[in-house]
Amino acid sequence: MMNHIDISSVLRQTLACDLYSNLVTRSTGAAVRDQIEMLLGESHDRGVVLTVIDFSQVSMIDFSCADEVVAKLLMRYASDDPPQDAYFLFRGVSGDHWDAIEAVLERHGLALAVEDSGNVQVVGVLSDDERRAWDATYRLRRAEAMEVAIAIGTSVESAECALEALRRRRLVMCVDGQYVAVGSPRE
Amino acid sequence: MTNVITVPPSLDDYSFEQVLEQVAPLPADAKLLVDARHARWASPYGLTALLTLAQTRSERPTLAVPELEDTLSYWSRAAFFQHAESVYDLHGQYPKRRDTGESNVLLEITPIAKSDDVHNIVGRVQERAQQIIKTELKLDPKAIIGFAMTLSEVCQNVMEHAGQGGWVAVQSYRWTKRLGRRVVVIAVCDAGVGFRRSLESAPGHLPSARWDDAAALEEAVIRGVSRFRDRSRGQGLAGARNYVGRWQGKLSVRSGTARISIVPSWDDEIPLAEGLAPFPGAQVQVIIPEAIAAGGSPER
Repeated sequence: MMNHIDISSVLRQTLACDLYSNLVTRSTGAAVRDQIEMLLGESHDRGVVLTVIDFSQVSMIDFSCADEVVAKLLMRYASDDPPQDAYFLFRGVSGDHWDAIEAVLERHGLALAVEDSGNVQVVGVLSDDERRAWDATYRLRRAEAMEVAIAIGTSVESAECALEALRRRRLVMCVDGQYVAVGSPRE
Repeated sequence: MTNVITVPPSLDDYSFEQVLEQVAPLPADAKLLVDARHARWASPYGLTALLTLAQTRSERPTLAVPELEDTLSYWSRAAFFQHAESVYDLHGQYPKRRDTGESNVLLEITPIAKSDDVHNIVGRVQERAQQIIKTELKLDPKAIIGFAMTLSEVCQNVMEHAGQGGWVAVQSYRWTKRLGRRVVVIAVCDAGVGFRRSLESAPGHLPSARWDDAAALEEAVIRGVSRFRDRSRGQGLAGARNYVGRWQGKLSVRSGTARISIVPSWDDEIPLAEGLAPFPGAQVQVIIPEAIAAGGSPER
């Protein structure tokens, strides 16, 4: 199933104020993340959940807030003991948001899937193998490790290793024994 | 006995050191008369630091206000007197109501104490900063968001580390004396615990062989160390440092007896000044200058 979370709505609810569209301060970021986790928790019983995190209506985000809203969210759900099997697709991330988001991804060695004009790409910190495996999986839409290995010209073991790393990082999902890239058109 | 502290005619981050040098030998409860009668100009740093100075005193000081009409008018527009009334006994005639007319004050002196204050500050500055950065400083529009982010982070630094409130002011002006170009300046001052004591409060903190205010500033500003164990922390000043580097700006952070600066090519300040007159808390200044065209003069 797919959730859609409009960050500006969450921000307004969090601050109980319609005046602000800026994601600033660490405490605001932590409150917004709590709210996102609460919304995710409501779909806890529905298996694999893909959630669109929508920044379209957010004017700006500072480093501290990006750390709370983006980095800590990704780290929590990519940990060894995640609260649920959740995946994230980021939408509406503009150049105005990118500096702060890029900085926190680099600091923590994280990556995320971002949708732009209908296309999805992964950004942040990935190894070359992970990036090539993700690109191939996205192109193939739904694939087994062997198909990905053929597409990128590597061994099945190497492809599987990269795909499993991507799965742990919440960048590909495993559906009925096949890998599906987050944001792939079939989802 | 009242000790008279003379405010220099032009009050900025450099000349404020003269004020601190006069105050340094005096005990915290000594009675002060801060004499600003001959002040003609003050930067946002000068004004916020003057308010901060009063907060460091256990005996409420007196401030003799400037005599010049223009100076009074400008300090009033910057909301200096409005806040000074709460920390000084003011001596002399000054405008009781803040003149809100057209000015180059992007953000009048504003207290910072909680997260909501930062939302307010960023929201209020954003629109005017956009116009000034684009049309007056001739910088790429990308500089606008970075400016708001930097402002947000330096204000949060007070909330997170000072242990008490602080002051922020933002102003744009032509910096004829030092640069000959327009600049936009953020000043954030607090009289809180300062960087050294903040880092000393970190769990398991082990001071290095050379541990003092300068070492603490190097840790925080250059290496992004924070008092929190969470390695997410300490990104705010690192972000501000990157921002000023990208737009040939200047970042200075003073705390205790030291000041560290990210110095651009147009300035000749030493990167680390030690042995300054002690001043509690932290005082941050960000200067973003007008872009220079390839020929070397401000872009037109």
